[in-house]
Amino acid sequence: MSTIIERPGTQTPEGLNCVFEKPRAMSDKPFHYCPGCSHGTYHRLVGEMIDEFDLMSRTVGVCPVGCAVFAYEYFEFDMVEASHGRAPAVATGVKRCLPDRFVFTYQGDGDLASIGMAETIHAAARGENITVFFVNNGIFGMTGGQMAPTSLIGQKTTTSQAGRDPMLTGQPIKVCELLSSLDGVAYLARVPLSSPKNIKTCRKYMRNAVRCQLEGKGFALVEALSPCPVQWGMTPGDAIDYIDEKVVKVFPPGEFINKLND
Amino acid sequence: MQAKRRLVKGNEAIALGAVAGGCDAFFGYPITPQNEVPEILSSEMPRHGRVFLQAESEVASINMVYGAAAAGLRAMTSSSSPGISLMMEGMSYIAGAELPCLVVNVMRGGPGLGSIAASQADYFQAVKGGGHGDYRCIVLAPWNVEEMYAFPGIAFDMADRYRNPAMILADGVLGQMMEPACIPSEPPAASHPEKPWAANGRNGRSHKNVANSLVIDPHELRDHNRKLQAKYQQMQAECKWDTRLADDAEIIVVAYGITARIAFSACKLARKRGIKAGLFRPITLYPFPAKPLLETAANAKSLLVVELSSGQMVEDVRLTINGKQPVAFYGEMGGVIPSPAEVCERIVEAAQ
Repeated sequence: MSTIIERPGTQTPEGLNCVFEKPRAMSDKPFHYCPGCSHGTYHRLVGEMIDEFDLMSRTVGVCPVGCAVFAYEYFEFDMVEASHGRAPAVATGVKRCLPDRFVFTYQGDGDLASIGMAETIHAAARGENITVFFVNNGIFGMTGGQMAPTSLIGQKTTTSQAGRDPMLTGQPIKVCELLSSLDGVAYLARVPLSSPKNIKTCRKYMRNAVRCQLEGKGFALVEALSPCPVQWGMTPGDAIDYIDEKVVKVFPPGEFINKLND
Repeated sequence: MQAKRRLVKGNEAIALGAVAGGCDAFFGYPITPQNEVPEILSSEMPRHGRVFLQAESEVASINMVYGAAAAGLRAMTSSSSPGISLMMEGMSYIAGAELPCLVVNVMRGGPGLGSIAASQADYFQAVKGGGHGDYRCIVLAPWNVEEMYAFPGIAFDMADRYRNPAMILADGVLGQMMEPACIPSEPPAASHPEKPWAANGRNGRSHKNVANSLVIDPHELRDHNRKLQAKYQQMQAECKWDTRLADDAEIIVVAYGITARIAFSACKLARKRGIKAGLFRPITLYPFPAKPLLETAANAKSLLVVELSSGQMVEDVRLTINGKQPVAFYGEMGGVIPSPAEVCERIVEAAQ
């Protein structure tokens, strides 16, 4: 899996070595994301996957409603903008009709684990041969920092101002653990986007998730634990520390299911 | 291709008509009284190499339709009133993203869980938009089993032509009744127009395609809405209607779907009693055949609208007639079906 380094390593017309550049699958549109947000990182990783597996000509991506609602502006391949939570159903419609296309959804935790939980679980249960790139930042970012089903106990949000109370709103939903019981799932992994090392791990997991679909294994999902400094009320640095110290204790990273070699 | 005359159930006709009309993909969820549609398609679609999938809900069904339609396929779903309510969000997105698809509503009694008996109480929802935002669906109302078979293809063609969702508005009687119909044993080859806008993978295309209803800039969204409205205006030329015994009619009875069948019988009964009654049947409920109705009713003394509702289409008839003649209304609700004799009495009353 080294084709992504295809151009880095080559030389520019000026004779300079190219060591880093934007994936071809990404547009020139500047991101609208807040400082310290990792949607940009995750988008880039998606772009890298499309380049690496040479999927530009046959990819159909499905965008969520949430902070990544404009994702279609940042990529160069075909996309469908779904309504809130329905991306797995939309992706199912595309993939069932065009099984040779690479079809993925990109969804946040409000979209995937709150309003869209039914679509998520049923797409997974059917073993729908799609790839889900899931961003879990434990909060509704775009609408102004409301509590998500993934918010930690005690987490202060604009709708849990004294901190999330489990007696009132229950415990955080752990999507990977929840989906682990479903036989249709081919790949499940969780990783915090909190360091270069973890980002490399995320890239590895995403590769596995893409391969699952290309090899017809079934439903694959990568959950990226992401910072939301603005809505968490932290500096970007503190938000990263918060992920490594608090978030991973509730949402342990790792591969939950990997049927690539089955 | 031999079309043999045989007894066919309305829902069966819809299903076979969908196959004949070139439906590539069906997504649906069980609900009475339309269950024969997915049941038949669950075997017919794979038999023709097409997609059938039972979704986990009506919400998922319409969003699978959205995905398939965005990818350029002829996609449809079928449901009944409560299920159609659940699809309204998706319909709004599909209309906003200007995608063609077909939704069948075999109407039952409401509101709420209502009943499983026939009703026409979803007229407003079907023809006025139904979901949020300024949009309209093309709405076709069959009145017999042969039209149940023919209309899916017509609806797909219109939907493709305007890149707009189309609906077939039937009811529990039409869905459940059997009558003789000529249906070819094998479907003809349906036309599939080019869809250069489809989000189906670039495959050498110089630009990306995005299926989307998000237009964040108010001026751009206004322009998008103006474009939609212009499209709806353009559709008016495609309105369809039917008239029976209307040429010399003193009273025009306006009814659609199964009610039009009853009303037609009632017109014949009224004529036996010396009242010149005629039928005007809108076939497209949207675009509503306003001009043809005005022309048909030009020499009539009055009109009577008959519906299985508290009075919904009557509003469009009154808007059309605009006070030129009295427009009476007779409606039954909750699944009660009036007899031709009962409708005839109302014709007699309205004619006085």
